[in-house]
Amino acid sequence: MTGDHQALALLLFSAFIAVTLFITTWVSRNRQGSAEEFYAGGRLFSPMENGFAIAGDYMSAASFLGISGLIALFGYDGMLYSVGFLVAWLVVLLLVAELVRNCGRFTLADVVAARMAERPVRTAVGTSSVTVSVLYLVAQMVGAGSLVALLLGGTSDAARSWTVVGVGALMVIYVSFGGMRATTWIQIVKAVLLMAGALALTVLVLVHFHGNINSLLNTAAERSGHGKDFLAPGLRYGGDWTSRFDFISLGVALVLGTAGLPHILSRFYTVPTARAARRSVVWSIGLIGSFYLMTIVLGFGAAALVGSAEVRASNAAGNTAIPLLALDLGGGEGSTGGTILFAVVAAIAFATILAVVAGITLASSASVAHDLYASLRRPGRKKRSEVAVARTAAAGIGAVAIGLGLLAQDLNVAFLVGLAFAVAASANLPVLLYSLFWRNFTTRGAVWAVYGGLVPAVVLVLVSPVVSGSPTSLFPGVDFQLFPLENPGLVSIPLGFLAGWIGTVISPEPPDEAKHAEAEVRALTGAGAA
Amino acid sequence: MEKEAGPQTAGVRLDDPWDDVPAPGRGDQDGTRGAAALDASGAAEPDPRPSAADIYLEVHRSDAFREVRRRYRRFVAPAAIAFLLWYLAYVVAATTAPALMARPVAGAVNVAMVAGLGQFLTTFLLTWAYARHARLRRDRAALDLRWDTQEMTRGIGR
Repeated sequence: MTGDHQALALLLFSAFIAVTLFITTWVSRNRQGSAEEFYAGGRLFSPMENGFAIAGDYMSAASFLGISGLIALFGYDGMLYSVGFLVAWLVVLLLVAELVRNCGRFTLADVVAARMAERPVRTAVGTSSVTVSVLYLVAQMVGAGSLVALLLGGTSDAARSWTVVGVGALMVIYVSFGGMRATTWIQIVKAVLLMAGALALTVLVLVHFHGNINSLLNTAAERSGHGKDFLAPGLRYGGDWTSRFDFISLGVALVLGTAGLPHILSRFYTVPTARAARRSVVWSIGLIGSFYLMTIVLGFGAAALVGSAEVRASNAAGNTAIPLLALDLGGGEGSTGGTILFAVVAAIAFATILAVVAGITLASSASVAHDLYASLRRPGRKKRSEVAVARTAAAGIGAVAIGLGLLAQDLNVAFLVGLAFAVAASANLPVLLYSLFWRNFTTRGAVWAVYGGLVPAVVLVLVSPVVSGSPTSLFPGVDFQLFPLENPGLVSIPLGFLAGWIGTVISPEPPDEAKHAEAEVRALTGAGAA
Repeated sequence: MEKEAGPQTAGVRLDDPWDDVPAPGRGDQDGTRGAAALDASGAAEPDPRPSAADIYLEVHRSDAFREVRRRYRRFVAPAAIAFLLWYLAYVVAATTAPALMARPVAGAVNVAMVAGLGQFLTTFLLTWAYARHARLRRDRAALDLRWDTQEMTRGIGR
């Protein structure tokens, strides 16, 4: 990487930071700090705006760089991620979006607490939401550190550490000063940039092959060194049965986890009605679907134009496939076009990370202030304003994420994202679906569903090969591995559903008929919605 | 039942999300309807003003609400089961039957490619079908129920 790349990329990074900070101050002028304003941006975004913001929240750097990189290295097996990440949105659209918008006010716990005893349920759902958010956040911060170090050519640990600290500081500023309104606009700007960048590269790839997909695929297969196997599943997850089950586990976690991600659910509260929530999901499915289709073209394009071996030489996980592809499409190393495209792609990836961390920080500060603080606060003590607590919580979560991000710097980012999805699917989805659709669901069932999914998910990861017992694990020196799969979803998701069912069946108190009737009427009609 | 699907009624009021803010004219109209419902339920009980919980229970039992719920579930339950099974079949096939998935279809495109792109296609189609179904078959009835319920519960403490 030459100095030109770095200078231009740094310039574009700074421009994006300047624009987003301007947005933050601009939208928060003359705004009073009400909870409605801070958590939900006043609930007045249009479906199209919210659709872009949802897409911006969802399309992380892991998808842009990670999935294309996996396709460039392993061919078809990387494409399975694209499919899972998109199909997950059908769960959100059909079962969750409208009902959550109608039932809740700011967080996932609102939806469950509407039918149950408030304190235990809020504590449980708040805890699991914060856990999911922090895991996801650490993944993005580690990604930011390695990405920036990689793209700016600096491989020194200091550069990476300072990047993590800087990203953390920026996200706390966005969230504490701008709240949901600023975060939403940052997501929209980022989504537009990301779609434009991906579209430009895709068009360039297709032009390069004169629109002939067949020759693109054949060239990719040829240059990958795997021949026709590159275009069929099995290169990465084909080996033994453990890795096959691992993939099925990941696939299930991806498709069920999205509907339990707190930062996605809180986006539905930024629009006025359930109908607007539905229309924003339709927008985001269109955007996300076309984006993942483009990542497939880009991944095979990188394999065809750059070559799998060269991608692997630059970064073993494939994360640099897209920047290398951009360099190649622009005319190669040292050319003006290549320099510009490379810097633009780097800046877009950086913007992506900043926007996603802001969204997650906001959602987790809402969980802390609205759920945990509200239910755990000692009655005797002075009550502070919820928004002030949320701002403090954002700073606290930022500090925790920076700390964990620095500790986990050498960890594989993709696994952390997969783990966050698995925990969301195990702890948040069962309780959400039960309280929306099961008449006899009780408080005990709700609490059991959350902990019955959360605890197994976290424990199984701790005793998985990710943490110990293999050369690539977090602690390669020790071995307390008991569970063969890297992703716990296949076991912990059914456990979450089972625990919720058992807890309900053996609960001493009968289900509250009246509250169920109220919740169902409100969910399906929107009566009394915030 | 098909009345809701009429194009002349579906478009006007519903296309504007702002319409969910109660317009004075509509509120009055619903006020009378709401009052009638209140009288009906009030006659049966000693307390002339039912609580919010009673109103929700009553709406929950009403035919109009059951119809909305039936339409929602009739569409969502089979659709959700179908797409989850189709996705699961795809993932399991990709991991357990690579030979089948590698079978060529046309040129470099094989069964696996077709299946993967098929997932994209079915996702888009189902999204379109669900949005259309909700817009034509559910939105209007749900909105009517929302007005009625809110009119009935107006001014009632919990």
